[in-house]
Amino acid sequence: MAVLRLTRSSSGPRLTEFICVLLLVLVSVASASRDVVPGSNETWGNPARATQDDPHHQTNSTGHKKAFPVLSFHYEEVKKPLEISLWILLALLMKLGFHIIPRVSNVVPESCLLIFVGLLVGGIIKAIGGEAPGLDAKLFFYYLLPPIILDAGYFLPIRPFTENLGTILVFAVVGTLWNAFFIGGMMYGVVDLLSCLLFGSIISAVDPVAVLAVFEEIHINELLHILVFGESLLNDAVTVVLYHLFKEFAHAGTVTVADAFLGVVCFFVVSLGGIMVGAIYGILGAFTSRFTAHTRVIEPLFVFLYSYMAYLSAEVFHLSGIMSLIACGVVMRPYVEANISHKSYTTIKYFLKMWSSVSETLIFIFLGVSTVAGPHAWNWTFVIVTVILCLVSRVLGVIGLTYIINKFRIVKLTKKDQFIVAYGGLRGAIAFSLGFLLTDSDMKNLFLTAIITVIFFTVFVQGMTIRPLVELLAVKKKKESKGSINEEIHTQFLDHLLTGIEDICGHYGHHHWKDKLNRFNKAYVKRWLIRGERSTEPQLISFYNKMEMKQAMMLVESGSAAKLPTIVSSVSMQNIQTKGPARRRAIPSISKSREEEIRKILRANLQKTRQRLRSYSRHDLLIDPFEDVSEVRFRKQRVEMERRVSFNSDCDMSHYLTVPAKSQETPPVRKVCFESEHQIYTYDDSESPRGSAQASRPHPSSPDAVSLLDESPQRPSQRGALRTRGDAEVRAKAPDDKEEQDQLKLSRCLSDPGPKKDEEEDGSFLS
Amino acid sequence: MGASQTRSEHKYQDLMDKTGFSVEQIKNLHKRFEQLSGNEETISRENLENIPALANNPIRRQIIGAFFDKRNQHQNEVGSFEEIGFEQFLMVMSHFRPPTLKTTEEERETMRKEKLRFLFNMHDTDNDGTITLEEYRKAVEELLSKSGAIGQEGAKAIADAAMLEVASTNVPHMAPDDFYEGITFEHFEQILKGLEMESRMHIRFLDVDTTTMRCGRSTS
Repeated sequence: MAVLRLTRSSSGPRLTEFICVLLLVLVSVASASRDVVPGSNETWGNPARATQDDPHHQTNSTGHKKAFPVLSFHYEEVKKPLEISLWILLALLMKLGFHIIPRVSNVVPESCLLIFVGLLVGGIIKAIGGEAPGLDAKLFFYYLLPPIILDAGYFLPIRPFTENLGTILVFAVVGTLWNAFFIGGMMYGVVDLLSCLLFGSIISAVDPVAVLAVFEEIHINELLHILVFGESLLNDAVTVVLYHLFKEFAHAGTVTVADAFLGVVCFFVVSLGGIMVGAIYGILGAFTSRFTAHTRVIEPLFVFLYSYMAYLSAEVFHLSGIMSLIACGVVMRPYVEANISHKSYTTIKYFLKMWSSVSETLIFIFLGVSTVAGPHAWNWTFVIVTVILCLVSRVLGVIGLTYIINKFRIVKLTKKDQFIVAYGGLRGAIAFSLGFLLTDSDMKNLFLTAIITVIFFTVFVQGMTIRPLVELLAVKKKKESKGSINEEIHTQFLDHLLTGIEDICGHYGHHHWKDKLNRFNKAYVKRWLIRGERSTEPQLISFYNKMEMKQAMMLVESGSAAKLPTIVSSVSMQNIQTKGPARRRAIPSISKSREEEIRKILRANLQKTRQRLRSYSRHDLLIDPFEDVSEVRFRKQRVEMERRVSFNSDCDMSHYLTVPAKSQETPPVRKVCFESEHQIYTYDDSESPRGSAQASRPHPSSPDAVSLLDESPQRPSQRGALRTRGDAEVRAKAPDDKEEQDQLKLSRCLSDPGPKKDEEEDGSFLS
Repeated sequence: MGASQTRSEHKYQDLMDKTGFSVEQIKNLHKRFEQLSGNEETISRENLENIPALANNPIRRQIIGAFFDKRNQHQNEVGSFEEIGFEQFLMVMSHFRPPTLKTTEEERETMRKEKLRFLFNMHDTDNDGTITLEEYRKAVEELLSKSGAIGQEGAKAIADAAMLEVASTNVPHMAPDDFYEGITFEHFEQILKGLEMESRMHIRFLDVDTTTMRCGRSTS
């Protein structure tokens, strides 16, 4: 496929299209062959075998001994897995195809194209005469939906979600109720009230799959995205309750006040119960991940399985499976991520994305196929009235609710926001599957047809037009977050500041409770669920470590192309460091014996350090252009770097970047790469007393494990290969450090080029 | 009674214009002020430090300092007060008002600048117009002060990296000998552009009196 992508000529897309068509036909034939009589397998087999070397035909007399079949055709045995694989392959090839043909994918959202493909396939199957598979409700609810919801829940942006939780809940609960009753009530003339209400409850819920599919491509700002998406997730509880309620009552025929009251109670049970089930499994998952240090490979599986169990357990009791899944993902994530290795994290991320992508694709294709397959009862008035009512009720609901909500919100929702929220109320496959589960026969077809029409309308019309509308209305787009450490610092700072101001003002607001929750979390929960010292790591430091790791990875990846990464700025630490008056000279103040020791170590290690992994100092690359760079050495360094990175990321030490904490037991080698980057550049202004032995002077403010290396600045020299990396004013650790650590530190500090400013160079270090 | 009512409204009118609060909000804040000051005319640092809820806040000192900072009074003075009256208290609080639906784009810009200026003043303790590396380090250290030893080690590295980021974004090409003095207000604005301060830096000011609702506790 990569080859296809590279070909600029039009043969690329044509080839893909050819393969796609071929697959389409294959799949259709495969599913159509379900109806073929089993006995005909023989006839299939015969021509195949006839062309083989074996000349004996078994269709002759039955009395003869059958010749041993060298090659035979046994389709029935592999049919099911083969068909499933073919479908999935088709879905993925379609997805691929859309991106190769760029013009179409800019105008039409992917979901529309996929439905269209589904229609095609359904049409082909029907034309061949086979029976097209419908969207089996069990398949949908147990296999296709959970990955999408888990992906959404695990990566849910918590901060905007909690900040807007009130608004989201109002839209989800009250909005859906309003929709259901409005539509159901308005349709009263057609069928009896309860069936109408049932229909209303099915059609009223905004669908997370459709919302995700469409909103992902338009990149609107975070607030709107989380409002619509959050609503689509949280309205599941309402939908579940209403659906079961009306389904029960449709049989009974009447509704009493007691039933209505029970319905309300049921709603609370369903939603809170779902959340609780999810939270329990989440905590279990987090707790389990605490012990997976030695079996890293299965870590992702725990995450997936616990989440799936949460979903299934909730479904057992008819609680809200979606809310359970979301709760599980949200609760589990911070603790699991602190415990698992970097590779497991990447695995989880990519598997979730992969599964949810495949699921989404399959859902839309099946929607198309079911449309062609399913029995339809087309009733013009019913369908048209449904579509109109859906739109009207959505708009009215959003406007009315926003009016009320804005009285309580600090940052109000503007008219533009309201429009997008109303327009983003897409219906999707959940409505279809719920309709499919109905048992009533004639109503069912009527309802199904109407549901499909509404889905098509929202996905095609609203999905296609939302992007130009967003452009037209100049809605704020999502800002590209680059993971800035400054923003993170100030976000935290702001949190504390606002909490403090709230305390001074004297009322318990949003920030106060958030702060209380954080403190509770830090004091009790983290200790149980996070392994090791990371349980006490403040959030800012975790963020910083993650960022450093990301940058290091990026550096390695770009470095492997044997070219320097594009360095945007030439600012380095030396530009920032204070030029205090107490600028220390570059002459290290150490005793003679110590100096000899150092010299010996240097000479021994100098060659090694060049080849040893350098730290991920940005300054490394910055300063290299000034120096004599030999291509070979550079490449060797890159190879070392890559090897070292992969080695490091295998162990949990990868998290311990610049803040090793109490990690005495870790061999110093691992600390080499990351720690030294920052430790070198700390300038301590305290004067080093002359003549005192280095080792005997412990560094005043740092704990044992941290080694502070101070390097004096050096002007880049143009000498030859054996150039020294500059003088290091080495202040060793407290005396109880092992000699080896000292050695390594010394050699390390020399392998890292410090900021080169001063041209002072101690000639004695040259060998 | 009627006379004092109009007098108080007139008194509040002045404050309303200056700070933008509504009468109800000012009344509530005044009640709170009297609670904090023990019914005196002014509050001192001790009054604020005695608030129990603030004890857990890592940047407590800076918050309290901000109240007594003359720069936040928008009168082009520098230095700090010993005690502040209600008007100064209100001025500081006005930095935390949210934008309304009627706020225009320019007003939002001004609001954002004001809030950023408040933050900047909190960091720039020596009032030289820039945040130097030392000051930034101190700020990050304070932020991590409740996190024990781990916090203190990491603070330096984080502050250094943050400073480097500011420098690289604002002054992309510096020769090895150049020295980046410190974060100026323009650079500060630039680096925090993405946070949209006017939508984040605000608290809810109640229009309803909550002090009576909390059954007579004297301090929060």
